[in-house]
Order: sequence, then C-alpha cells, then structure tokens
Amino acid sequence: MELIPPNTRIDFIGKKKYTMWISAVAILLCLGSIFVHGGLKYGVDFAGGLLIQPKFSKAVNISEVREALETMGLKDAMVQNFGGENEFLIRVEKASGDLGEMSNKIQTSLVERFKDKALEIRRVEVVGPKVGKDLKEKALWAVGLSLLAILIYVAWRFKTVAYGLGGLVALFHDVIITYGAISIFNLEYSLSLLAVILTIVGFSINDTIVIFDRVRENIKKMRKEDIETIFNVSINETLGRTILTSGTVMMVVLILFFFGGPVIHDFTTALIVGLITGTYSTVYIASPVVLFWEKNISGRKRRG
Amino acid sequence: MLSSLKWRFILYAAISVFAILLLLPTLTSQLPQWFNKVIPAEKIHLGLDLQGGMHLLLEVEAQKAVESYVERIKSNLGDDLKEAKIPVGKLEREKDNQILLEISGEKEKWEKILSQRYPMMPELSSSPLEKGIWRVTLVLDSKEAEQIKKNATDQALETIRNRIDQFGVSEPEITLQGTDRLLIQLPGIKDPQRAINLIGRTALLEFKLLDEEGDIEAALKGKIPEGDILLYQRSVDPKTGGVKKIPYLLKERTLMTGEYLKDARVALDSQFHEPYVALEFDDVGGKLFEQITGANVKKRLAIILDDNVYSAPVIQERIPGGRAQITGRFDTKEASDLAIVLRAGALPAPVKIIEQRTVGPSLGQDSIHQGIISTVVSAALVALFMIFYYRLSGVVADVALTLNIVLTMGTLALFRATLTLPGIAGLVLSVGMAVDANILIHERMKEELRWGKTVRAAIDQGYHRAFSAIIDSNLTTLIAGVLLYQFGTGPVKGFAVTLCIGILANIFTAVYITRWMFDFLTLRLNMKKLSI
Repeated sequence: MELIPPNTRIDFIGKKKYTMWISAVAILLCLGSIFVHGGLKYGVDFAGGLLIQPKFSKAVNISEVREALETMGLKDAMVQNFGGENEFLIRVEKASGDLGEMSNKIQTSLVERFKDKALEIRRVEVVGPKVGKDLKEKALWAVGLSLLAILIYVAWRFKTVAYGLGGLVALFHDVIITYGAISIFNLEYSLSLLAVILTIVGFSINDTIVIFDRVRENIKKMRKEDIETIFNVSINETLGRTILTSGTVMMVVLILFFFGGPVIHDFTTALIVGLITGTYSTVYIASPVVLFWEKNISGRKRRG
Repeated sequence: MLSSLKWRFILYAAISVFAILLLLPTLTSQLPQWFNKVIPAEKIHLGLDLQGGMHLLLEVEAQKAVESYVERIKSNLGDDLKEAKIPVGKLEREKDNQILLEISGEKEKWEKILSQRYPMMPELSSSPLEKGIWRVTLVLDSKEAEQIKKNATDQALETIRNRIDQFGVSEPEITLQGTDRLLIQLPGIKDPQRAINLIGRTALLEFKLLDEEGDIEAALKGKIPEGDILLYQRSVDPKTGGVKKIPYLLKERTLMTGEYLKDARVALDSQFHEPYVALEFDDVGGKLFEQITGANVKKRLAIILDDNVYSAPVIQERIPGGRAQITGRFDTKEASDLAIVLRAGALPAPVKIIEQRTVGPSLGQDSIHQGIISTVVSAALVALFMIFYYRLSGVVADVALTLNIVLTMGTLALFRATLTLPGIAGLVLSVGMAVDANILIHERMKEELRWGKTVRAAIDQGYHRAFSAIIDSNLTTLIAGVLLYQFGTGPVKGFAVTLCIGILANIFTAVYITRWMFDFLTLRLNMKKLSI
C-alpha cells in the first residue's frame, strides 16, 4: 500500500516565510498567556500546599463543599468538580503552617459534615514548600542537562553545530508551545505534565533526526543541488513515514484522551498539542534553522 | 548464511524465553517451588499512584538531637561541678551547640573537670569577669555533632521501621534520602491518618515530679518558678469533641525516660473496662523505678508523653517489679498504637512530614482499569493497522513490538523496578519509537523495491539505510534518558527507567529480530516477493 505516491514533491521549505509568522504568533500567544496568567498554574507538586480528593456516595452540590470549608475558616480553599458529579478536588495553597494538620482537620470535618453521604478520601497530597522548590529545581537541572547532551550528540553525529542547534531550537519551540497550551487550557502544571514535556522532547527529537538523517544521506547523493532542495526532497521522501508514525502515535493518544479517564486527561491534552508541534517543528523550525546557519554563517565563512 | 540464521535464532529465542520467564512471577503467583530457585522471583511493583497507598517524606530534625545532647551535658556538668564544690553562677545552653557558664573557684580544678570529663565540648572562649569569676563558653565538637545527627537519623529510620512492622503493612519501603530525609512508602494502606500518627510521633516518655508547692496560678500568668515547667493534660471529650486542658506545674528534672522499657501492651481495666497501656521496665529500669517511687512516697508522679501529661497519680508506696501503666481516655485503637510506639522506642529527634501523597485504593484501581483498557485497545489498533498497511511485514513488526514489551517488562521485573504513571509515559514513548523504527525500515524497503532492487537487496539496503536514523534517534533519547535518571527525582526517574530499558529493547527487536525474520522468510522459505 502506498500512502504517499512516489516522487511527490511538495514545496515544504518554500512555505517557510508564512509558517515563520505562524510560529512567531503562536509563540507570542503562548508566552502572552503564560504572562497574563502570571506564570504557570503550578500544582501542589511544585507550589507546595495540599490537595484532597473526596468522593461522596451521593450527589453533593459543589457549594455545599465550599460552605463546609468556609465554616472551617478556609476561605482561600479552591474547590472544583473532578470527573463525576460527586467527586471533587479541594486545594489549599498555603506556604506556611502545618499542612499535615490542616489536611487532617479538613478530612475529619468533611467526614463529620457529610455523614449521610459516606465519603471516601480518594487522594491526599501534602507537599511542603521546600520539597516543591526542590522538585522544581531538580527537574529543571535534569531537563537542561539532557537538552545540552542532545545538542552535543546531534552536532557530533551530523558533523556541524547547525543540526544540533536546529534540533534544539525545535525542542524549545515545542516546549514553549506545550507550556503555552497548558496555560491557555488552564491546566495545572504537575509532575505528570512534566512527564508529558519529557515525552514530547523525546518524540520531537526523534522526528527531527529521522529527517536530518535523510538529508545527511541525500547531501552525498545530490552534490549539485542546493541545500534547500535537498531538504525539500528529504522531507518528501520521508513524508510517508512521518504521517504513519505521527498518525499511529496520535491515534493512541486520542484513545487515551477519550477513554483514559479523568486522571490522565490533562496528561493527554498536553500530549496531543506536543505531538502536533513536534511534527511541525521538524519541518518548519529545525530545518529552517539549519538552512539559515548553512547559508549565512558557515557558508560565509567558507567563502571568506 | 543459513547457519548464521540458526545461531541467531537460538540466541534470540533464548533471550526472549528468558524475558518471558522473568515476567512470569509478575503475572501469576502460582509458580512451582523449583521455579524460584532457577529464575529470580522478582516482580514488577506498581507505584503507589497505581495501586493506592501512602508516600511520605519525613525530615528528621536532627538538630534537635544535638540540642538535647547538649542539654544533657549541661545538666551533668552542673551536677559534677556541684559535687566538686565549685561555685557556678550562670549555666545555660546557648544556640544549639554551646554552653555558657560563669564559674569561680580554683581555675585549675574546674578546668581539669571540663577538659577531662567533657572532651567533646572544648572551650570556645573564656574571659575573666571580675575577681575570680570566669565566663566560659563551651562548644560541641563539630565532628561529634555530625555523628549525633547521623545517629539520630539512622535511629529514627530504625525506630520507624519497627513501628511500621508492628503496625502491619505489607511490603513497606523505608529508605534514607540525602542526609536527613526518610522516604516511606506504604502500599495499600487502609487508614493513612492513623499511620501518620503512628510514624510521626516522637513518643518520648518521661516521668517527672509535680511541684506541689509552686503557685500554679502565678505560673499560668507567666511566672514559672526556677527549675519548673508548665505542661498540660489534654483530654478530648468523645461526645462533644471539645478539648479540655488541665495545667500541671512540674519539676523540670526528668527522673526517668522510656529508654528502660522492655514491653508495652494494651490491657483492659477490670473495673471500667477501659483500655490502658501496661508498661514493663527492664532490670535497670525496674530498679530505678523502685528507687524513684521509694524516695517520693505520697508525692505525685506525672507520666508525660511528648510534653503531654497523661496522668499524675500519687505514689502510694515503693513500687518494685518494674511495672507501671498509662491511663487516659483511650479507645482500643489509640491504646494499641500507643503501645506500638512505646515498644518501638522514642524517636531521637522529632520528625516533620514535608511531603505526603495518598492515593485511595479505589482511585488506584480506577487508573489501572482505565489505563489497561485504553492501552490494550490502542495496542490492538496499532497492531491491526500495521497488518492492514504492511501485510506480512506488518505481522513481522507486530511480533517485534510484542517482544519489545515483553523484554522491557522482563527487565523491569529483574531490576525490581516500580511502574508508575510517568513510567507508563516512558513506556508509551519507547513503544512509539519502536513503531517508528519498524515504519522507517519498511518504508525504506518499499522505496528500494520501487527503485527496482531485488527482494534481498531491498532488505539489505532497507536495514542498512534506516539503521543510522534509528540508532541516532534512539541513542539521543537514551542519552537524555540516562541524564534524566541521573539527575531527576522520583517521577522523572520513573519515566527515565522505562524509557531507557524500552529503547534498548527497541534497538534489539526492531533492528535485529525483525531482520532475522525477514532473512528467514526470504532465505529459508524462499519467498520471492515481499508482502509489504
């Protein structure tokens, strides 16, 4: 079976003057959203605080839960529905005080107040502010170092910095867009969303390397063609693979999105965005960066 | 070529069978006895986010252990100097590791006591105040302080492990993290709040005398007599939930602590059928208790746990035999938890809970249930799609993908790794890359066939050409994964482990196993056309 007829020659690279604007606008929107929201909405994992997820056996109105918390003197507690009608998330962001004791108090008084609606505490998370900060810093270090390693490895394997740089800029693009989506959809940035970011980094670099690999091969074959044509040919030659791979992965993520339940809903939402941008960025971020570098920087040096 | 086909088959089959054997203990618990002797019976453990349970991160306030050590030295030093008839003015602890004293009398004499009996606290400074009076500051040796802190953390770990063992949790994990943090994982725990109370309690048992002459009214206003402290008895009315606080004025000096306890059990009061905790001291403690009670007949002795007075009975007579009891308005659960913490001993320093994550068993089950269903559905769809699109070659890819998952899981089992939600994300990424590797090879072979190559040449070229892309993308991800593992914490590590193992399995299955299968199809079965 053939998905893409052989000798397809779509001028992908030629459209880069339009897509450049699309990317720029998208990045501005994403950064803007993060800025307007005053940074990402950090979950309990990173910000510290406490989260309690009660599930009642009968339907309970959200205002009743709010009222219960208010009578306890917790005015800044946030309550939201989670999944079904009678399941809630209660969140208290508080940097000081004994969080453990507070979580204790909330649980006992909820059990007391909703005696007739037998509730089950499904989840409790209490994270001290220091731990949250630690997690954030360590995660940042780990991710930063891996990105650096990717840059070095790719630059070494492709024998010029341009490819490493192209891959890295594409990764930054994807990470910014995904963080932007997290902000625009008002998702809570937690450890599981950090896992999404890591997954997207893996997927995006994989996609980029596959096309770079074909470019590396074609450069040897098509000595007379200019680099822009070589990129176009390479992208076209691997187009079938790109659609198949991205399509299958997208299919899996969509299934998880629709049937995976509320626990991984945020996770899959961010993943869908990341997959799209990861595929897009190979063609319209990573490749133009390499082209720009080859034409303006290493090209000039050669001539000079 | 054919013989190499055979040897490759033997090697690959052996690896695959081994991986399946490694996986068996995870899949079923009904394995014959001999099995465990041959194959490591390690299982893949589900993370607390998947199976439910509690994750606690405690910080041992080890500095407090240093403080109380210095506090003890201070009181010993006071006794020693008194005994030697050396007049002491001021004697107090400064900061957490210093003692400040004002001392007079023969300088040589007290200096000798200080340097010979308290070598762990060398003089930091000394200066003459007025005639014959010296102000001396002693500071705890920093190595000594480090050792005390380390011991406190180690002992806290041991004590908490004891408590949890006695509480009864299956497969608890208690590990030291960094220098002063304890990570505790309690899978499938039913009553997390109770476990927290049990673990976090310092459980310092003390016996102190009441100061019956002291003016408690004045003390409540802030005028606490020298050498006394004010503590409370808190009692909760079970009906109204109201808390009553009764103040007690006590002599600061602790006569005895819980370190001499041999046993603590729950017993029932024969009169009121209320549970209480019966204490039994060891030989030294029994004698000490006899001495204390003998010397203080008709006085009131307070039994204090973590600065909370439980009772303060009048000593009727000297009590031999080393037995005592703690009464209070306990229910049976409280009493049995109290007995557990007393038996396991006090924590050398208080602990603070800095992170707690509890996932109720039903939530864990829900995630697993939905996770499994959607994973199976999507895996089936991917497999069907591969067959639909690539025909026989799709079957080859599916076999490789299945083997990939088996190998990854088998390795996870071998390393006793824990599978968490982020871990599954890592697995999904590695499987995605495995699918990609297969697609890369197949697409390349198709291209080669289209250019008119023979089947054998197309296979050769397909693998040869796709190899660099597969290796580069997988190695890049592997390098990133190793760094994530090295520098990341908990969930990031979980992601990295499954990703790295998955990638190694991927290179093996997608490149080598499928190659063998294609070689087998064309060389042994003499297939002339490739169904791709």
